[in-house]
Amino acid sequence: MSTETLPRAGFDLDRPWRLHPKVSVRPERFGALLYHFGTRRLSFLKSPALLTVVRSLVDAPSAREACRSAGVTEAELPAYAAALETLASSQMICARVSS
Amino acid sequence: MTHPLGTLPLVEQFAYGLDAPICLTWELTYACNLSCVHCLSSSGRRDPRELTTAECRAVIDELERMQVFYVNIGGGEPTVRPDFWDLVDYATAHHVGVKFSTNGVKIDAAVARRLAASDYVDVQISLDGATAEVNDAVRGPGSYATALRAMRHLAGAGFQGFKISVVVTRQNVSQLDDFKAIADRFGAQLRLTRLRPSGRGADVWDELHPTAGQQRQLYDWLVARGEQVLTGDSFFHLAAYGQALPGLNLCGAGRVVCLIDPVGDVYACPFAIHDSFLAGNVRGPGGFATVWRESELFAGLRRPQTGGACQSCSAYDSCRGGCMAAKFFTGLPLDGPDPECVKGHGERALTATAGAAPPRPSGDHSHRIRPADPVPVSIGVRPPAGRGLPPDRACDENPLAGFSLGPGD
Repeated sequence: MSTETLPRAGFDLDRPWRLHPKVSVRPERFGALLYHFGTRRLSFLKSPALLTVVRSLVDAPSAREACRSAGVTEAELPAYAAALETLASSQMICARVSS
Repeated sequence: MTHPLGTLPLVEQFAYGLDAPICLTWELTYACNLSCVHCLSSSGRRDPRELTTAECRAVIDELERMQVFYVNIGGGEPTVRPDFWDLVDYATAHHVGVKFSTNGVKIDAAVARRLAASDYVDVQISLDGATAEVNDAVRGPGSYATALRAMRHLAGAGFQGFKISVVVTRQNVSQLDDFKAIADRFGAQLRLTRLRPSGRGADVWDELHPTAGQQRQLYDWLVARGEQVLTGDSFFHLAAYGQALPGLNLCGAGRVVCLIDPVGDVYACPFAIHDSFLAGNVRGPGGFATVWRESELFAGLRRPQTGGACQSCSAYDSCRGGCMAAKFFTGLPLDGPDPECVKGHGERALTATAGAAPPRPSGDHSHRIRPADPVPVSIGVRPPAGRGLPPDRACDENPLAGFSLGPGD
């Protein structure tokens, strides 16, 4: 069975997230490069705005709030949620226990 | 605000170069206990001008400032440098991860335990045959046993996911399933890379590079394995068959990767040790960063490339003309087809240039007398005198290894 026919689990915008502690971030003109020293995988943030979102995750009560504070509009939110979901699936970001 | 998916494709971004390499290959020494027939760097003997420990540390400091995530350390056999472990510790303490390639000669139980304890060090054991017979014909007598011993130590120490790195040749392409079985047995990950006509590889290219039929077999095998098998992005010329293999499918030479050789020379890529691809030296004013950012050679590589003779080919967007080094060392023009072009254009171009001597590698650190390991002459034929001596070593790592396309792709 193809996984493409299954509904996507989706990304939980309403919980707190953070960059994985083993991930290093290098800003670039197109956004940023991410490298995970645990999985030894490289990934990319394809816009400076997405970098702002990722960096503000740690201090925000939720991913949705991190997006809002970075200036992401409601219309743009699904694209950001999808990008964050990809980052979560590759362990670049991880769920944070709310404090 | 920029839409997260609305920017120029990343591959385009990379083609124009970055302010710092994503990662790079650093060959720490030309000294090697082996004399692999296909060595990209023609290694064997240490070069008296090799960087000192202090100079190596200064390079690491610079890589840290440039935020280079990791270095692929090779050689020669890097672990024979007396300061090797100190340099690994220095790099990881300075947030520069290390992946190193080794034939396994120094990987005993104690070293394996130490390596298993670090998240910031990854190991690649070179193996070019799934049997001693096939491996040792290329890498020398006893090298299979040495590699397997190192793998047992790493697995025994609990090092999960170390890499077994195989250069695909005409002789071992039939052993792909066996290589995978070896990797699975040790909890390792298999990595296949392309043979290059670089270094001593130029001498054995004609006999060892896979046939057209074998290339197709390799491609199908890789497509079926997807991300289970790493390739260091080295088979992007095979994308012309249709579906691209996982990875960036981009020649990153001088754009997102490069090579620092044991004497500090900076080349566009590990497969291009030749004056034509020499960008500078880390001992020069401004160090490595200045070479990376200001070299004329690299600036040229970062300008849009014309497709040359390949431009009218329907597959050009997939293969982008293939590997610069493979073309160069087989005497083909850099804007023409790859010698292993899957459409056959490379073979035709080679036929057309038959007789012209291809460029020779610029350095040779081969052992002057081959160790007492007569490599079967079927693959050990020396080139005629006019072809000069080649650089070496296919036990190397493409710096794009491990790349995954990120959000938005």
